[in-house]
Amino acid sequence: MSVKQLAMPLIQEQINELRAGDRVELTGWMYTARDAAHERMVEMVQAGGTLPVDIAGQTIYYVGPTPAKPGQIIGSAGPTTSSRMDPYTPVLLSLGLKGMIGKGSRSQSVKEGIVQSRAVYFAAIGGAGALLAKTIRSAEVVAFHDLGPEAIYRLEVERFPVIVINDICGGDLYQQSQSL
Amino acid sequence: MREVTYDTIVEAVKRLCIDANVELGSDVVRAMQEAKSQEKSAVADEVLSQLLQNAEIAAAERVPMCQDTGMAVFLVELGQDCHIVGGSLYDAINEGIRRGYGEGYLRASIVQDPIQRKNTGDNTPGIVHVELVSGDTCTIHMTAKGFGSENMSRLQMMKPSDGIDAVEDFVVETVRLAGPNACPPVVVGVGLGGNFEHSAYLAKRALFRPVGERNQRPDAAELELALLAKINQLGLGPQGMGGRTTALDVHVELYATHIAGLPVAVNINCHASRHKHVTL
Repeated sequence: MSVKQLAMPLIQEQINELRAGDRVELTGWMYTARDAAHERMVEMVQAGGTLPVDIAGQTIYYVGPTPAKPGQIIGSAGPTTSSRMDPYTPVLLSLGLKGMIGKGSRSQSVKEGIVQSRAVYFAAIGGAGALLAKTIRSAEVVAFHDLGPEAIYRLEVERFPVIVINDICGGDLYQQSQSL
Repeated sequence: MREVTYDTIVEAVKRLCIDANVELGSDVVRAMQEAKSQEKSAVADEVLSQLLQNAEIAAAERVPMCQDTGMAVFLVELGQDCHIVGGSLYDAINEGIRRGYGEGYLRASIVQDPIQRKNTGDNTPGIVHVELVSGDTCTIHMTAKGFGSENMSRLQMMKPSDGIDAVEDFVVETVRLAGPNACPPVVVGVGLGGNFEHSAYLAKRALFRPVGERNQRPDAAELELALLAKINQLGLGPQGMGGRTTALDVHVELYATHIAGLPVAVNINCHASRHKHVTL
């Protein structure tokens, strides 16, 4: 099974070519955010403020890593369940978010948002936190330090393995699997 | 009366917390290898390869296999001729969690209060169940229970007339609804009988049993195998990306119940089915 190599930030033309079920390895920069960070970001937008990081064109990874051991860049860093972010995602897509990485299915409104915004939702392997941490080259907290494992990090990754779940054409790998 | 000290329990719990999170049990590894040999889907095969590789890295480097190092859940089988000295069992367990999660660089995932939601910072408190048994030993079973799978668990108070077929449908439906969120291939704990809260406890206790070990009662063992076959026919596969391995095993635990009831609880565990025990 061939694996596509993509750089982050993602390029629109490349996103357009991705289809549910494609295996991809991502290299470059992305942000982390999970429940509490999403809630805060959306509150800031709704209050008319600006976000602490510009997410336009960027990819967000839903992760709350374990603390790094001495000498480690980051602890275990596998994806968390994406559906908890669903209530906040349409707002972020409307601000230009292009990629999301998590695990598990998304709500109908997020799937519609992915098609409308021509974005992509990838799944990383849930629970493979030790393996995925090996692809992380640097990690730096860039916002919401007080949230601990839920703070926003900027991560540099090299050949981070993911699988396309939802594409710009409305393709959904999980639905395809269930109907087998 | 045999004595076990507070400090012995603290040290044992600390070890359990670290070991459970970094070493995937040989029973689970074996089940995953066997599942891999039976998968025909390329994606499923790749996912299982990555999970096995992940377990190897975690064990070799002593890092958690999953970033969700879970809520620490304990089942203590306390011999009635065993006396705990130097402090309370509950305090000793929580101190063990504090040290294990701290020294092991495990994630603190517990909030003090479900409304205020402030992280306690040390993964305490744990959940502790104590069963008084005969003898003078103290066996502590621990699981680091992640909430990707915990959130997908369900309980139903059925009527006796619903029968075992309805129980089977409910279990299979629970796994189907959990889909990719519970990080399949899952291990399914089923508590059948008892009352409302006891069925949930039985379902959790079922997850402490080694993968591949059947219930000793033939009819319950048969139910486990029937459920496993039905679940693996769902086609969800590893990570819900398609394939035959949706569950590694199903464990059913039974208890007496009321003439009017048929409680059934389903507690799902992810592929990182972490369970360790020690006898003091």
